[in-house]
Amino acid sequence: MSGFLRVEQGRFSWRLVATPLVATLAGIVALVLFLMLTGHDAVAGLDALWRGSFGSPYAILSATLVRAIPLLVLGLAFTLGARAGALNIGMEGQFAAGAIAATWMGVSLGDAPMIVALPVVMLAGITGGALWMLVPAVLRLRVGVTEVITTLLLNFVAEAAVGWAVTGPLRESSGAYPQSDPIAIAARLPRILPDHRVHYGLAMALVIAVVFAVMMRRSRVGFVLDATGANAEAAWLIGRLRVDRVLVLALLGSGALAGLAGAMEVSGVSYALYRRLSPGYGFTAIAVALLARLRPGWIIATSLMFGALAAGAGAMQRDAGIPAVVVQVVEAVVLVAMVLAVRERQ
Amino acid sequence: MNEEALLIAFGAATFRVATPLLLAALGETISERGGVLNLGIEGSMLAGAFAAALGATSGGAWFGTLMGVAAGALAAMLLVIVSVWLRGDQIIAGTAITLAAFGVTGLLAATLPTAGDAAIAVPGLGPVAIPILSRIPLAGPVLFNQSPLTWLALLMAPICWWLLYRTRFGLELRASGESPEAATAAGVRVTRVRGLGTLIGGALAGLGGAALVLAQVGSFTERMTAGRGFIAIAIVVLGRWHPALVVPAALLFGACSALQYLFQAAGTPVPYQLMLALPYLMALLVLAVLRGRSEAPAGLARNAPLAD
Repeated sequence: MSGFLRVEQGRFSWRLVATPLVATLAGIVALVLFLMLTGHDAVAGLDALWRGSFGSPYAILSATLVRAIPLLVLGLAFTLGARAGALNIGMEGQFAAGAIAATWMGVSLGDAPMIVALPVVMLAGITGGALWMLVPAVLRLRVGVTEVITTLLLNFVAEAAVGWAVTGPLRESSGAYPQSDPIAIAARLPRILPDHRVHYGLAMALVIAVVFAVMMRRSRVGFVLDATGANAEAAWLIGRLRVDRVLVLALLGSGALAGLAGAMEVSGVSYALYRRLSPGYGFTAIAVALLARLRPGWIIATSLMFGALAAGAGAMQRDAGIPAVVVQVVEAVVLVAMVLAVRERQ
Repeated sequence: MNEEALLIAFGAATFRVATPLLLAALGETISERGGVLNLGIEGSMLAGAFAAALGATSGGAWFGTLMGVAAGALAAMLLVIVSVWLRGDQIIAGTAITLAAFGVTGLLAATLPTAGDAAIAVPGLGPVAIPILSRIPLAGPVLFNQSPLTWLALLMAPICWWLLYRTRFGLELRASGESPEAATAAGVRVTRVRGLGTLIGGALAGLGGAALVLAQVGSFTERMTAGRGFIAIAIVVLGRWHPALVVPAALLFGACSALQYLFQAAGTPVPYQLMLALPYLMALLVLAVLRGRSEAPAGLARNAPLAD
């Protein structure tokens, strides 16, 4: 049912590069047309979009890269599931679960040194994300319920859970605001440059991407995932591959990565838990992964692009008075364009 | 509040909250019986809600209702083009519709002249008491003191049943949903039939969005559908893809949301967020217990072969 899940292997061709570029261009053109149709100053909007994303070293180092980090990790999370044939549409929820778990650890660590605190916070995020995926994984394996709907439903439960956490058990000590206390200094990912907001999560994300890419190309893991995703029945009949286990592990791994992204956001950017910590990263990352055709290495590039779009959207709202939410139109167009580009040919 | 008044409030709220869910679920039933899993139903609802608010402020509540229906169908048109016609993946295309609806309604809502900080207040379709029937004890105020859109929703169930089981279109639609290949071989124009089914589904979801604004909330706010479209998908599973069973399934979810009135009145210290999460948890439970797709149309989410 999913043409894009079939990852083209083999030789490089220009079409592989041209398609995502055309898809992105179509998204930007759609945005401009839509802004013009609704009576907005599209030129001012694009100008703000550019200045807020790539227009200055500050924009790149304090906005674009900061937003590219969660998109990179979440894009890899979606890819891990999708290569095995599972669509994790609930990354928004696992991101939130990871953020809750990471914050919980982060505020209760006391005087632990960084070498202990950081790994604990990250592991908490991974655990939170994987736990949030546990029910969809079990339902898919034992009952045969598609993960698409279960993960989607859990997004809303996670939203409620964050709301409960920041007004209940994790509420900041004065009790005045719906947010958590700041996490311990030792639990924070340090900044790479003192004056810019980009943090060492970038290095973490890049390492994960490279390891993932190598694993997919050079190890049995990549083959097993792709075989399961391409044709689970054949993989079992011909290769005696335990496809059910592969699928569950891929789903749990996908949730764990999404939870890690949430922990990294708390530890590197927000330093506390808030409502709506993610401006829809979990959905944007689907476009990030599909645009890269589920290739981990390419996701580095596409996450940077969508990070720029997210950063530019903020600037557009600030400087041109155009609501940031409008860039979701670009995401939608990119999704549609990629779905059409890689659709099954029969 | 005495017990009878409490029960009436609970019953009336159940029907009121269930109305948008029922309409969307009936729409999704039609769409899925044709083999199209429309995850964009959330987007159709949101588009419908926005268009209804817009239409109602300029041309009155019924004009708003029509606008909502049209907007819901328009959003579904995207799925028809991308998935039914061009055979692109249904799940991703549906997700794209919902994202696009977030973006488009978010921008338009912020630019409307009447939009204040929070919401556009619109002329709604509030409860109407039917003269004699509404005086029946208990059932009267629950059933016969409702928005006309609630009655319209309940009326839609037999209409959908008739459409699915008593018309040639319904037969062809169900055939396309079970096996697009076999339907094609039998001479059914699967693309056309599925496309029409998906459009009807989107129109009903748009009507659901209109009901949310005009009969329940009274204004439009960003992302106000809050996953109701996805709950509708679970309702379809609970209702076993049959309009007659979708009605009680939708009412069950309505009751689940209306529970908070009971808890509030009783002063039970249940966290407010738990009440918020309850319908979604319930949807998960339904999917878990009913073994997912066991009775789903066999061709669900599977695109038709290209030559038909």
